[in-house]
Amino acid sequence: MGRRAPVGRDHCGSMNILEFSGLIALGSLLAGFLGALTGLGGGVVVVPMLTLLFHVDIRYAIGASLVSVIATSSGAAAAYVREGYSNIRIGMFLETATTVGALAGAAIALHVPSGAIAIVFGLVLLYSAYLSSRHREEHGAAMRSSHLAEKLKLNGAYPGPEGKLPYTVTGVPAGYSLMFGAGVLSGLLGIGSGAVKVVAMDQAMKIPFKVSTTTSNFMIGVTAAASAGLYLNRGYIAPGITMPVMLGVLAGSLMGARVLVKARVRVLRYVFAAVIVALGCEMIFNGATGRI
Amino acid sequence: MSAARWDDQRTEVIIGTLLRTGVMLAAAVVLVGGVLYLARHGRELPEYHSFHGQSASLKSPRQISHGVAAMSAPAIIQFGLLLLIATPVARVLFSAIAFALERDRMYVVITLFVLGILLYSLFGSG
Repeated sequence: MGRRAPVGRDHCGSMNILEFSGLIALGSLLAGFLGALTGLGGGVVVVPMLTLLFHVDIRYAIGASLVSVIATSSGAAAAYVREGYSNIRIGMFLETATTVGALAGAAIALHVPSGAIAIVFGLVLLYSAYLSSRHREEHGAAMRSSHLAEKLKLNGAYPGPEGKLPYTVTGVPAGYSLMFGAGVLSGLLGIGSGAVKVVAMDQAMKIPFKVSTTTSNFMIGVTAAASAGLYLNRGYIAPGITMPVMLGVLAGSLMGARVLVKARVRVLRYVFAAVIVALGCEMIFNGATGRI
Repeated sequence: MSAARWDDQRTEVIIGTLLRTGVMLAAAVVLVGGVLYLARHGRELPEYHSFHGQSASLKSPRQISHGVAAMSAPAIIQFGLLLLIATPVARVLFSAIAFALERDRMYVVITLFVLGILLYSLFGSG
């Protein structure tokens, strides 16, 4: 995978647009399916797939990935909100950080050479594989909410087996800064950075895990939209590539969400994490040697 | 407080359904544009190895709507993608209205700030 023909153009010379689109749609379907099944999101593999396998310029790949991130986030939202875990105030408050970060990230992407973007992308892939391999332990809830959290009305309650369970929020400045970073990464790399968002809410702000993950899913779409507009205006969103990616990832993630309940995900998680590590190394190598 | 929470929840359910409808509508438009595009250009060779930006007609919301009127396949795809980008924007807009109905002035301001950034990205950053 990823062995580049001496002249990039030769590689796809034998493929016409119909075959090219079909293969990308198929790959995106698989990415969306596995992303939903493992909870890692399909966005992280779309960009490496397009750049390493199909030799698409990384800026087109990022634009297409951003759009597919919006599709999965908004598509899954209806299922999530019905459960009543997401906290709209926490989400909206933190979106002031992620959207500004996303605009900054997208602006940086315009001025940074694509090799550097590829290297950062590789590092983020390795980090998210590391995060997913760790055991998830439920931390103790925050004993007392911080003054700031109270002022911002971030404390809430979520449905438990015996009625509503109230929770309090703390660590607002740390969580807010992490969210800004998540936004920058999202705009720079075209990913949802759901992993960083969950770390910010779960670890820094001590928000219950279920509330963190569902609120994060909601935030991902808004964050991605903040940089997608800029990418569109600068010509980074190519309809020919984005069409098969968006349709493929959306269909794949809807299918993944459907089988999620029945499947045994543990083994799959490890396999997917291994794939992500391999892709991360390849992105770093290709970025460092100037092949991307 | 508990009454306000319940209202939040109800708003979220409405918004969630709205988002899903928006995504499905966007996907349908992209699919139509995609079929047209492949029927017309499927036999040509792809050219995405180097970045040279999209033509002006595919970059701004206004230009894209002109292309749709002319039944240009890439413009129809782009219009669908624009609809998709608009779904989170609509969500933020409805949240602002919901906060206004709850008379939560602080969150109306916070939400309008987010909305402003999204609108700047879509219309002001060209």
